[in-house]
Order: sequence, then C-alpha cells, then structure tokens
Amino acid sequence: MRKLRFVIPYLVIALCMPTLTAHAQQTLTVAWAEWPPADYLQELSKDFTEETGITVDVVQIPWPSFQDQIFTAFVGKSDRYDIVIGDSQWLGRNSVGGHYIELTDWINENIAVDEIYGPAMTAFAEYPKGSKEYWALPAEVDANGYVYRTDLFNDPQEMKAFKAKYGYELAPPKTYKEMRDVAQFFTRPPDLYGIATYFSKEYDGITMGFQQVMWSYGGSYGDPKTYKVDGYINSDDSVKALEYYIELTKYSPPDAPNYYWQETLDAYKSGKVAMAMDYYAFLPAAVDPGQNPHYHDKSGFFIAPAGPKGHYISIGGQGMSISSYSENKDTAKKYMKWFMQKPVQEKWAMIGGFTPHKEVLQSDTFLDATPFNRAFAASFPYLRDFWAVPEYAELLEACQTNWNAAIVGLKSAKDALDEIARKHEAIFEDAGYYDE
Amino acid sequence: MPSTRFSRGLSDYQIKMMFIMPTMILLILMNIFPLLWSLYLSFHRYKASMPGRPPDFIGVKNYSRLLSDPEIWGYFQTTAYFVLLAVAAQFLIGFGLALLLNREFRNKGLITTLLLLPMMLSPVVVGLFWRFVLASDGSGLLNFFLSPFLSLPIGWTTNPKIAMIAVVIVDTWMWSPFMMLIALAGLSAVPKYLYEAADVDRASSWFKFRWITLPLVSPLLLIALLFRTMDAFKMFDIVYVLTREGGPGTATETVSMNLYKLAFRNYNTGKACAMAYILLIIIVALSNIYVKYLNKVKEET
Repeated sequence: MRKLRFVIPYLVIALCMPTLTAHAQQTLTVAWAEWPPADYLQELSKDFTEETGITVDVVQIPWPSFQDQIFTAFVGKSDRYDIVIGDSQWLGRNSVGGHYIELTDWINENIAVDEIYGPAMTAFAEYPKGSKEYWALPAEVDANGYVYRTDLFNDPQEMKAFKAKYGYELAPPKTYKEMRDVAQFFTRPPDLYGIATYFSKEYDGITMGFQQVMWSYGGSYGDPKTYKVDGYINSDDSVKALEYYIELTKYSPPDAPNYYWQETLDAYKSGKVAMAMDYYAFLPAAVDPGQNPHYHDKSGFFIAPAGPKGHYISIGGQGMSISSYSENKDTAKKYMKWFMQKPVQEKWAMIGGFTPHKEVLQSDTFLDATPFNRAFAASFPYLRDFWAVPEYAELLEACQTNWNAAIVGLKSAKDALDEIARKHEAIFEDAGYYDE
Repeated sequence: MPSTRFSRGLSDYQIKMMFIMPTMILLILMNIFPLLWSLYLSFHRYKASMPGRPPDFIGVKNYSRLLSDPEIWGYFQTTAYFVLLAVAAQFLIGFGLALLLNREFRNKGLITTLLLLPMMLSPVVVGLFWRFVLASDGSGLLNFFLSPFLSLPIGWTTNPKIAMIAVVIVDTWMWSPFMMLIALAGLSAVPKYLYEAADVDRASSWFKFRWITLPLVSPLLLIALLFRTMDAFKMFDIVYVLTREGGPGTATETVSMNLYKLAFRNYNTGKACAMAYILLIIIVALSNIYVKYLNKVKEET
C-alpha cells in the first residue's frame, strides 16, 4: 500500500500526458512582424478557432529583429514556430537551407492557384523564380505608396504659388521630377519639409525606398540569368537615380538619414512633411483619428511615381510558409487552406489585410474598404522585388551600407554603386554562381 | 549501514572531484567546446543557415580574406577610435567624480547611489532613450538646450563626423560611474596618516595627489581601465540601437557590430568565427600589455 502511494502521482501524470499533449497540439504558432496586419490576422484567426477548435497564436516580432529572430530559431531547429510569414527575399535561403517545407504538390492539389494574383504567387511563393516550385502562399501583398496632406495640396494660395513657380498645377506627383518640385516647394524649415522617405540603414530601409527609383531610372540589380552585376547596378542610369535620391534629403527633415517606416509615419503625423512614403500596411495609422489627430481627415494617397525610363514599385508583404521543424505541419496546412478560401479572403480584406486573391482584390468592397486601397491596387502592375537568392542578406547588407553612406555624404553616388557592384559579384562568385 | 560504507570508500580527493565535476562538465560544454568548435569552423567555408552543406575545409582563407579586406581594417580603426575616446573620457570623468566624492558631506550615500544608476540600466534601454535625447528634428532634448547657441540643430546620429561623438557621450554617461566606483574604492583605501604626514611637511595639494593618491590608486585604476578597454572593444548594443546598426554609413560600425551581421544576418559562420578569433587575439594582447604594466606599477608602489 505504501509503495502504491508513491506510484499514484506518477500514474496520474502519466494518464494526463496524452490529454496535455493533445491540448498542446491544438495551438498553432504563427510568427510575423510586429505591425497592424499581424493584429488583423489574430482577429481573423478567431473564426478558424471557432470552426476547428484549434487556437492560433500570432507571435509578433519587432521589425528590426524580425529576420534575426526567425533565422536564429531556424538554425537552432526550433519547433517554436509552425508557420512563418516571411519576407519574399527569404525564400531562397529558407528553401535551399531546408527551413521551409516544399508545398508544390500540396498547393497544386489543394489551392486554386489561378485565383491568386500571379505576380504575388511568383514573389512570395515560388523559388527558383519561374520553376513552379512553391514554398509558401501569399499572405499579405504590399507595396510602397505615398500619403500627402490634402489641406496643403488643395490650398488655393499654395496652388497659385506652385503654378507661378513651376508652370504646372500642384497635384500628387506622377513622375520623380514632379516629386522633386513638390518636395522643394513645401520645404520651409524648420516647421515644414517636402518629403519623408526611407533613408535608414536599418534592415532593408533605404534599399526598399531607393530601388524603385533606380528601376524607374533604368538601372537594375543585375542580370538574373548570368548574375552579372557590373554595368547594371552601377550604370549611368543608376548613378543618376542615386543622385536624385540624395537630392531628396535637402527637402527632408534633418533626421531623415535615420528614416524607416516608423519615422516617416511619425514625421507625417506630426505635420513635419507634406508627403511621406511608406508601405500601405503601415498607412492605416495615417487615417486613424486616435493615432493622427491633426491630419487623419486631411490625408490623400498616391502611387509611387514613374521615372524617365519606366515605372516600378518596391513590393512589400510576405508569404506564409511552414517551418520544417514544426510538430504541427498538417494543422498548419489545414490553416493555410482555410486562409486561402474566398470568404476568408474577403473578410481578411475587410478587416485591413491586403489580399492576394484576384477577385477580391478587384472588388469594389475591397477598393472602398480604406481611403488608400485604390492607390494600393493601382500599384500592382508595377511591383518588383529584390534578389531572392540564398545570399540575399549579404547582397542587402552591401546595398544598405553603401547607399546610406552616399546619403550622408561619406561616398559619391558613383563610388557607392561601384562598391556595391564589386561586393555583389564577389558574393555571387563565392557562392559559385559563375561556375560553369 | 551502506551510507557509511559509501563515505568510507571515497577519498578526500574523490569527494572534491565529485563536487567540482558538475561545474567542470558544464564549463567544458558551455565554454570550451564552443571555443574549440568555432576555431575548427574558422578554417572552413560554412553557413549555419545551410545545415545540409557540411563545413568545407579552406585552410586560412577566411583569415587571409579578412585581414586583406580594407573595409575590415576600417571597422578596426573605428573601434580603436571609439575605445580611445570613450575610455579616456570615462577615466577622466570617473576619477574626477571619485575625487569629489572622497570626502564627507551630507547625503553622500544617496548622491553616490544616484551617480551609479546609469551603469545599472540595460544598454539597449540607454541606447533607445538617448535616441530621443539626441534627435535632431526639433524634438531632441540636447539640441533644445543647445539651440540658443546654434543656428542649425546638430545631427548627432545623422552626421558621420559627429555620430561617433554621440556614441562616446552615451557610453561615457553609462560607464563613467563604473570607473568612479573602482577609483573611489582605491581612494578610500589610501591610509590617512600619509596625508597627515604630508600636511605636517606642508606639502601642496598637487604634491599629495601626485605622490600619495595617484601611486596608491593607480593599480586599481589600471584594473578599471583594463575592464573598460575590453568592454569598449566589444561595443555592440549602443551602436546597434542608437546609430541604427553602426550608421550613418559606416561611421560608427564597430568590429563587433560587423561581426554580428556576418554571423547572424549573413550566416557566414566560418568567416564570422575567424573574425571572432582575430578580435579575441587583439583583446588578449591588449589585456596582456595592461597586466604587465599593472605588475610594474604594483612593484613600484
């Protein structure tokens, strides 16, 4: 009997174990960056919980350490995250590195791919590009766009003064040349500046801000087939684009070299700038009276302008992938299948998510859901992305450091671009891209 | 009695070993093994983010590449510049404060404790709130106080010529109290009778400082300098937060900041291990110089 008393607690624990495990399996952990869409997803996932009884926990990681935390978990083969909603550039590294599970067959059997906006599927799901091998499903499609002060742009006196100075009507700029004029016009330090855009060295800040200017001026990162970089990223067109981007600092607040998504938004909300660039997913704050008490009702939106040699816009947003180290892969697939259904995508769009669903994206319900959704949808044909190869982080690092150095005057535009070309080719060479 | 038999069966040496072994095993697992493993990896091309690709032996290529890269030397230069400025400033301010506190006055304990507060804060928190203090967009506190004397706000974290000064200011604000604390301990240990004897000889204050205080405090000061130099050489957190990963450009990018990117962003693990070893050798060499000088000073004292 005495012995039995010893055994009883262990028996109780042993009997409870399957129950505890069963309960543990009912929670799906989704890792995403800390921003409004992650809140929307947490909200949306309540419906999934209601339908299936499976709890969804959306873990939000601050942007500057988002990439570092996810990759550290992957290197440690941690099962902490079941689903990772990661940047498009991560696809190469995480597919080749074996951190994402391949979803090609599962997607072809379970998801109506033709209902998903094609370029989104390519950007967020496919690696290598054009291979039809899938590692993710688009979760949030985003683009860089602009918010501007309608009270300034529609002020008759401002309009008159602008026309007198530049010879055309004051309006949201359609080209980068017009953007410079408007930015210059509204620069009245220390109270008002023309523009706030990404110049920061943090994560992918300046790269996401500048690359769309570079593409629109005729420059490019390189040849995606041969991985040749010299002559592309440091071409005359790229130099002109960077000189243009450097010039924008003259029409930006003094702290501008540190501007990333938060700083540009803050500069706009505090009335310091006439227009600001940011990803659309951050722009709900611009029209929220609680977060932007002074200008929420004086805000308009326009798509990133065209350049002299084209019109390209930096793609944002992320794809939903399943971690190879997850213990809940089937549950994760179940969740992703549920997420891609049209009614769920409709609700996703209504609560603020940027849906990749073609039909929903083009519906009036979506276009009228927020004041910026039309500008966002109009950006779609112009979206382009950074390299998505496994070495993307090193390539990005070279861009971030050198472009930021050019912005603060440590290097000339030409020197910065030449240095990036040299570094990118060294990275590609080291990784064996030039081997026969 | 089996327990008695058991204790009789063990020698003193075995009992000692029994107590020491868990710690030793833990140390070997947590310190020695990673140290040797990273040394092994430093001679290989290896990326931790690509677990499917085993380490590929490349000899000393990682080391030769790093040492022939002018950019890496630039980061070493930046780090050396920071160490010199920050440690010198912390030494002067910390020792000065200790001299001021080394006398009896009202609320001495409270003031000393308050002065120690910056040292107790997390460097990330310090970096974050100094971001706001040093902002140059009109909201920065420091520029606000300086505004009567300036026509334009100072770009503390955006001007590449000034950004390093900003990092030095923040690090000095945080770590001068450490220097002060050690110096204060040294000062309070100086025997009073030496000063009394000097007073009898009508020695000047400078004489007392130069020939009594300084020689007796210098061994402790050197230890404090050693700690601060080693720590400053590893500067990472404040730079990461305050100047956004060592910006503007590479103006405040220290070796440790670059090492972090190499290891945890690019996952260039082999190269990062080689760089960590170069850094380790430099710190060990610097520490040795200090220790030798410290021994010399001790002998003289």
